[in-house]
Amino acid sequence: MNVTSVIDEAALVDALRAGSDDAFAQLVRSYGGRMLAVARRIVGEDEAGDCVQEAFLQAFRKIGAFRGDAKLATWLHRIVVNAALTRRRRRQRRPEVSLDSLMPVFDDLGCRVEPSLPLLDAPDLAASAEVRSQVLDALGQLPEDARQIILMRDLQGLDTAEAAAELGISDGAAKVRLHRARAALKRLLEPVFGGEPAPGTGDDG
Amino acid sequence: MRKIKAAMAKMPMMLTCGEVEAVLLDYIEGRLSGYARFKFELHLKVCRECRDYLAAYRQAAALGAEVLGAPDDPAPGDIPEELVTAILAARDAENR
Ligand SMILES: [Zn+2]
Repeated sequence: MNVTSVIDEAALVDALRAGSDDAFAQLVRSYGGRMLAVARRIVGEDEAGDCVQEAFLQAFRKIGAFRGDAKLATWLHRIVVNAALTRRRRRQRRPEVSLDSLMPVFDDLGCRVEPSLPLLDAPDLAASAEVRSQVLDALGQLPEDARQIILMRDLQGLDTAEAAAELGISDGAAKVRLHRARAALKRLLEPVFGGEPAPGTGDDG
Repeated sequence: MRKIKAAMAKMPMMLTCGEVEAVLLDYIEGRLSGYARFKFELHLKVCRECRDYLAAYRQAAALGAEVLGAPDDPAPGDIPEELVTAILAARDAENR
């Protein structure tokens, strides 16, 4: 049990919305340590502090959009992960991918034109640091909209309707967005599933 | 195989791969029921490409969720005071 669990979240959110300096300082002190640890895992020690700073500024700007029934901690977690993934991609000097270029292709009869990849039968893929790193790279390369909805679902634990409400889009649009994001993620992760060794690594792992 | 599928696609209960793609998320999240679900699963039975696609799609989503959901550091430590100061100063600068 840490200090954040005993804070009265609703009162803190009200004070933040009112622009209270004290509330902002309290927010930073209460949640900052945990956010720093999260950012370190994505961008490393040197840039973690910058990510946390960026995340708090974003959180402060967006506090009006914070849904009162959500948890402040998971919302902040999502914001810092998003900031860190963006920074990770920029550091690698990679562009965001275009979603359209990653969508499945169908022929004129509606048949899938897709090379079948044998799925790597490795239930514990995420245990590999190399795989985790490739997954973070892939998430970082997704366009902001696509990354955002994946983080809302898989990190913050919102359902489609809740995500749609926060984004100000319809349920249907949120579902389409999530599906396109996952289809793109699948394409980006194919090298991982195909069992090809990542560039620069041996296959002695 | 493509020919066979093209012929089957003319049968009313056969979805095309494109139609399968359009309801893939609904299927995974349990929103297809009755005849819609039956048609989806029938297509999967005859279409290897869609079976492989669905498996990879699920695996990618699960892997992403697993990496994102990695447990928190149990003892993350406090945020250094100089970072707190920097963040508060940055906010003041923004507000001005
Ligand atoms: Zn198919």
